[in-house]
Amino acid sequence: MMLLPCPWCGPRNAGEFKYAGEGGARPDPATTTPEEWRRYLYFHANTRGWVTESWYHGAGCRRWLVVERHTLTHEVREVRDAVQVAREGAR
Amino acid sequence: MSILPTTRRRGADDATDRRLPPREGEVIDRRRTVGFTWNGTRYTGHPGDTIVSALAAAGERVFSRSYKYHRPRGLLTASYLDPGTMVQVGDEPNVRGAHRLLTPGLEVSSQNTWPSLRFDVKAVNGLAERFLATGFYYKTFIKPERLWPAYEKVLRTFVHAGEVPPDTDRGYYDKRHAHPDVVVAGGGPAGMAAAVAAARAGASVMLVEEEHQLGGHLRWGGPGDRAALRDLRAQVAAQPGIEVLTDSVVAARYDDNWIPIVQRSLPGVDERLIKARAGALVVAPGLIERPYVFAGNDLPGVVLSTAVRRLINLWAVQPGQRAVVLTANPEGDAAIADLEDAGVEVAAVVDARRGETITAAHGRQGVRAVELGDGSRVEADLLVTAVGWTAPTSLLNQSGDNPVYDPRTARFRPDPARMPEDVLAAGGIVGEGDVAQVVEHADAVGREAARRALRTAGTAVTVPDLAVADHPELFTNGTGGFVDLSEDVSAKDIITAAAEGYDSVELVKRYTTATMGPGQGKLETVNTVAVLAEATGSTIAETGTTTWRPMYAPVTLGALAGRPREPVRYSPMQPWHERHGAVPLVAGQWIRPDHYGDPAGEVTAVRTAVGLIDVTPIGKLDLRGPDVPELLELLYVNKWQKLGVGRVRYGVMCAEDGVVLDDGVTGRLGEQHYLMSTTSSGAAAVWEWAERWLQTARPQWQVHVTPVTTAYASINVAGPRSRELLGRLTDLDLGSESFGYMSVRTGTVAGVADCVLWRIGFTGELSFEVHVPAAYGLHVWEQLMAAGEDLGVRPFGVEAQRVLRLEKGHAIVGQDTDGLTQGFSAGVDELIKLDKPDFVGKPELVWQHGRDTHPRLVGLRTLDGTIVPPEASQILDRAGGIAGRVTSSRMSPTLGRSIGLAQLDRELAAVGTRVTVRLPDGRDVVAEVTDRVHVDPEGERQRV
Repeated sequence: MMLLPCPWCGPRNAGEFKYAGEGGARPDPATTTPEEWRRYLYFHANTRGWVTESWYHGAGCRRWLVVERHTLTHEVREVRDAVQVAREGAR
Repeated sequence: MSILPTTRRRGADDATDRRLPPREGEVIDRRRTVGFTWNGTRYTGHPGDTIVSALAAAGERVFSRSYKYHRPRGLLTASYLDPGTMVQVGDEPNVRGAHRLLTPGLEVSSQNTWPSLRFDVKAVNGLAERFLATGFYYKTFIKPERLWPAYEKVLRTFVHAGEVPPDTDRGYYDKRHAHPDVVVAGGGPAGMAAAVAAARAGASVMLVEEEHQLGGHLRWGGPGDRAALRDLRAQVAAQPGIEVLTDSVVAARYDDNWIPIVQRSLPGVDERLIKARAGALVVAPGLIERPYVFAGNDLPGVVLSTAVRRLINLWAVQPGQRAVVLTANPEGDAAIADLEDAGVEVAAVVDARRGETITAAHGRQGVRAVELGDGSRVEADLLVTAVGWTAPTSLLNQSGDNPVYDPRTARFRPDPARMPEDVLAAGGIVGEGDVAQVVEHADAVGREAARRALRTAGTAVTVPDLAVADHPELFTNGTGGFVDLSEDVSAKDIITAAAEGYDSVELVKRYTTATMGPGQGKLETVNTVAVLAEATGSTIAETGTTTWRPMYAPVTLGALAGRPREPVRYSPMQPWHERHGAVPLVAGQWIRPDHYGDPAGEVTAVRTAVGLIDVTPIGKLDLRGPDVPELLELLYVNKWQKLGVGRVRYGVMCAEDGVVLDDGVTGRLGEQHYLMSTTSSGAAAVWEWAERWLQTARPQWQVHVTPVTTAYASINVAGPRSRELLGRLTDLDLGSESFGYMSVRTGTVAGVADCVLWRIGFTGELSFEVHVPAAYGLHVWEQLMAAGEDLGVRPFGVEAQRVLRLEKGHAIVGQDTDGLTQGFSAGVDELIKLDKPDFVGKPELVWQHGRDTHPRLVGLRTLDGTIVPPEASQILDRAGGIAGRVTSSRMSPTLGRSIGLAQLDRELAAVGTRVTVRLPDGRDVVAEVTDRVHVDPEGERQRV
């Protein structure tokens, strides 16, 4: 089981987290098309390399985290609290 | 069929004593004897003996029958890996007889000895060969299907395993979590030296050894080896930072050095699984001696040189009387010296380094003669082979390294440069050299492991090279024989598989099951690869190996399972339920009353008087902040902006795919204070869901979510006399004017302040749900029961509630909906407000509504009201295809007939439509689609 460095709790077993996958931007519900919406729902690039994904530290601080992870090596180069990321995105 | 032994049965009374005079390094305590039985006959051994060493000392040579062909098998390695020495000990199957130490009174028996251990039945072999040919899993016992029960009986007779009697004690298995700086896998000279060096550098170390003592091959070596061993053991003992785990095994290496260690031979515990998160892992398992593949190589009496040395030097057992030795390395030469020292006549030495070879071993119950390469035949009861080594690289493979075959040394070797930072290797797996060189190398590796684990500043330790000795490539002489003794796979099987087109090693493994036995290929893989390479005309390097997956060694299911640790949740009223005959229902983590003996009577009590149900497991979230209405608007499909203080509303949540996620009521307790309820099973998921939207999508909203499910005990007081009952215990005005339907109040109940009461109607009756601070739950429940005695109050359980809500047509998320049920198929059309600018899942619901092709949730009644179709009964369309299913179905005590809910295709969903319901027993019954609400469709009863 790999370790994930939680910014609040330190390195923890991945089993403490819930994996929520690659996060895509939510299309505008007023104008979206079925194709676009279902790409948001179901399509994942499944990249071999660096991905940005969501993890929820359910057995720890209960924060949603945005993790940059290498899918081949499991190297994690950045973990940030989702609120911080969302606020930056909103700006 | 008469079963006559072809050899005279030998018991303990006439056994040949093979015990040698005391030897320098022996591990047995001759002052004491240990009695045990073997297939019902009494034997003795000494403390320190394994089951097999004690039996071998008594002259026994056959310990099992082989897997498919039921050939007699003796010892081969005299170690944990020995494929032919698995035995049954009492009620414990598959015990490694060559590893398990004797304890007084063991009842040992042989496994898989049909027709008997000693009976040499050629018919069995013939039968087996006919039916169990290469790839028999895919060829025989397949057709015709009707004979499967017969095939099963035949295969049962052959099955290769012990027996677990049904009354076997479940045992006690344990788990431990550990965070050592360094784990050293292997307690030979390299492992001990690495552990000592790491501990001296300040690291906490777990030193894990599969055998019962530290020392590895030094234990059965000469005087020099024994001196080195004493020194190393003293050094280990002097380091308090080293935890020595013997009879334990590092079972795997997972990401970031997550390392399971199985610990055996513990007092009071069958086994313990240590889950270690190690800073660094030193892999030092040594080398495993490889068997040689030739005709007759599975006969009892064909043994490895290490087995001979172990038998003689550890347990003082003479392994035979007249030996032929095939040697290609110093270990073989040392075995010759040990044999001579033990009084075994060495009839012939066949030195493979000079190009000499053997052709075959002959005999029936054991080796009688050995045919040499020059055509001569030597009488012997022992054939010792020393033809090379296999590096057990599993833990390195699991770390990302793929060892490469090196023809010069005739083994797969790791590449230290390709291993991750936190994994290092030492000892024989890296190279040979004398003990001093191995120790010097391992010392450096241990220091470096500590440096990496402790993240000590400074430069890396310089690790000296470890010499690697050349070794001739010796795998098979091409005369046949077995490549896998555990699985009974012969060289011929591999060649046949290749000829049939299974020419990759991964295919051969699965087709023949070679390397898939208990040894997990440690003895077998390289020979399998070598035979396959020869059959396909490629090199060993080109052929490659199969994947070395976890586990490195077999692990019992008990060790993996450990102690039951699932949390169980009870409401504070549980003691009352138990005293009053509640039949428990397991609902996720909760144990709650299903009923109190008479669910139909409980339903009637609620319809005619008043009942109490413990609904503590309902999920409860306390929501505070100015933006709570925004959150509710987003999560629920209905509208919340206008919910006033003191009001509650029912809501349904969908996911982004429009599928119904959860439902429940939410009440507004104050200007910026709400209490949300969820389904019992959805409490955790909804909390996480709310946090997800707040944290990832709407960080600007000010909402604080607190789970309060277990902070409150929840009691639903339901029935026409519920107002009267509750009114006796509270000063709150419960009148319909001041406390109307779908309202919430806070107040004191039975003297308990800060209770939350909401007036809702899941049962369809006038009812009040009282959320009591949990510590007072039992008190309030008992007060209500006492105060309502003259009103006919009864407790009711989940079953009665299910009937009541079904009579009322209320759907249960997850029962009347499933993982594909979108909002408009859940019977909540009027709730879904598509004119809201946004909510979770809205686009999908807009499209579902527009298509209008979706199934509907409908009421259903069989024409014959005595038939209660089981839930999940199929509903047929006109053509006999599936048009839906019954989702809820019960006998209604109120109506005196069966009622149900169903998911049904749109075409058949109109009220009044007659449909065919197919029951699980194949009968068809006719039912009519009805309104979902079976009782009180106007809702008069809950609004009074």
